[in-house]
Amino acid sequence: MNGEQKPHDGFWLRLINIDRRWIYLVIGIVVFVPILFPIGLPVQVTKEVQNVYDRIDSLKAGSIIMIPMEYDPATMAELQPMAYAILRHCFSKGIKVISTALQIEGVTIIKNDLELIAAEYGRKYGEDYVFLGYKPYPGIVILNMGEDFRKPFPRDYYGNLLDSLPMMAGVYNYSSCAMIVNINATSGVDYWINYAHTRYGAPLAIGVTAVMATDYYAFLSSNQIFGLIGGLKGAAEYEKLINHPGLATRAMDVQSIAHSVIVIFILVGNIAYFSSRKKKG
Amino acid sequence: MEQVSLGTVLWYTLGAYLTLSIFSFLYKDNPFYRLAEHLIVGLSAGYWIAVLYHQSLVALWLEPLTNGFKAVITPGGSLAEESGRLLLSIIPGIGGLIMFTRFFPKISWLSRWPIAFYLAISAGVALPLYLQSFTVEQMRASMIPLGGSLSVVLKDLIVIIGTICGLAYFYFSMQHKGIVGGMARFGVWILMIGFGSTFGYTVMSRISLLIGRFRFLIDWVNQIAGYLK
Repeated sequence: MNGEQKPHDGFWLRLINIDRRWIYLVIGIVVFVPILFPIGLPVQVTKEVQNVYDRIDSLKAGSIIMIPMEYDPATMAELQPMAYAILRHCFSKGIKVISTALQIEGVTIIKNDLELIAAEYGRKYGEDYVFLGYKPYPGIVILNMGEDFRKPFPRDYYGNLLDSLPMMAGVYNYSSCAMIVNINATSGVDYWINYAHTRYGAPLAIGVTAVMATDYYAFLSSNQIFGLIGGLKGAAEYEKLINHPGLATRAMDVQSIAHSVIVIFILVGNIAYFSSRKKKG
Repeated sequence: MEQVSLGTVLWYTLGAYLTLSIFSFLYKDNPFYRLAEHLIVGLSAGYWIAVLYHQSLVALWLEPLTNGFKAVITPGGSLAEESGRLLLSIIPGIGGLIMFTRFFPKISWLSRWPIAFYLAISAGVALPLYLQSFTVEQMRASMIPLGGSLSVVLKDLIVIIGTICGLAYFYFSMQHKGIVGGMARFGVWILMIGFGSTFGYTVMSRISLLIGRFRFLIDWVNQIAGYLK
């Protein structure tokens, strides 16, 4: 890749033309090694995550919250720990959960996640949680659920009539839920803001991938959402709040080290760039 | 470590092989990477077709249509009511079929009718809500009465000045000179800070995904160890 480089070229010039595969290798090592040997760096809880925790924590046992989850194999590394942490919090307090999966690639993953965490706390399907599953056209589904869950989902994921599930007795729409906590890796989160919150006034918090987080801070400032959990860091904060360190907490060491290395790369790259430019005159 | 079945090991091994195949692109393009890439494209397309067939075509059209026909021909019910329900299934079906006229140039104009209908419904439902959520609410949140502690006032001032200067950068009806130029330049700085934070979050996101894959590879090794034990 840098075959055109001549031996008399300056150090900085050679550095900015370094084969990018060396950078991949270094990043690979700094990510892999801390996974094997965790350090346990501290995690600070931010206000936007604390808000979600406080709102859920203030609910009484038997309250219902809706946790629609939209992630797939590509984004589960970020959002699955978040889902685990929130579900653990709900099930440990006896809060009932209604969930959907409006992203088709993740339906089975989300079903398994719900079953796994519910089993941890001995929660029963139909009494403590309900999984409605997937329907196409998320915007229309969210609008319809605002009127009645039975409209888009006459039956749940397993084929049971919603009216046959004890937990769904008297539960019709978002107004039956204390809040919605949408864990979402897609732009579908806009539908939840638009239709569930703006149209039906449902209190909404979101958990999104880190790359999406900055886009949604504006909605936090405008109070359209009451909380925001951003990426693996947000998940680690939630794990700390429920005092159940898991995958996200362990990953924070890796994140901190990898970010430090990337900052060093950026600094070195800039120094190399300006030095080589000076040399060229 | 609990007993691991051969099936589990094989599935994990397939996943690990595909993960490593995708990673191999970091070295250079190669047939392993291409196979994995084509596999995911093909699988996704097949999966989508199957899901859309069952969840959309069958569940939202064929089933109501069949049930509607059954209800009409079964004696006992209200014929007018059942016929009305049946029509509600037939009309969208006709609209869907008309979409296929795009393949026949002479009558392709017909396809514009269902598209127009669909666009009108979507726009009617979405526009007022999008305007409310993404414009009105955001504008309202930017109109902040200054007051409270010094830190709150400073934070609110940054929001107000940042918003105005950011918008000034995108105001193209005046030359960016003088006061407007200064505001636009400050707006660029604000935008750069925004892009910087987005970049930081993006790095975190990508590293998270890499962590997820490395964990999977570690799990794979553990599964093999569990099986061999």
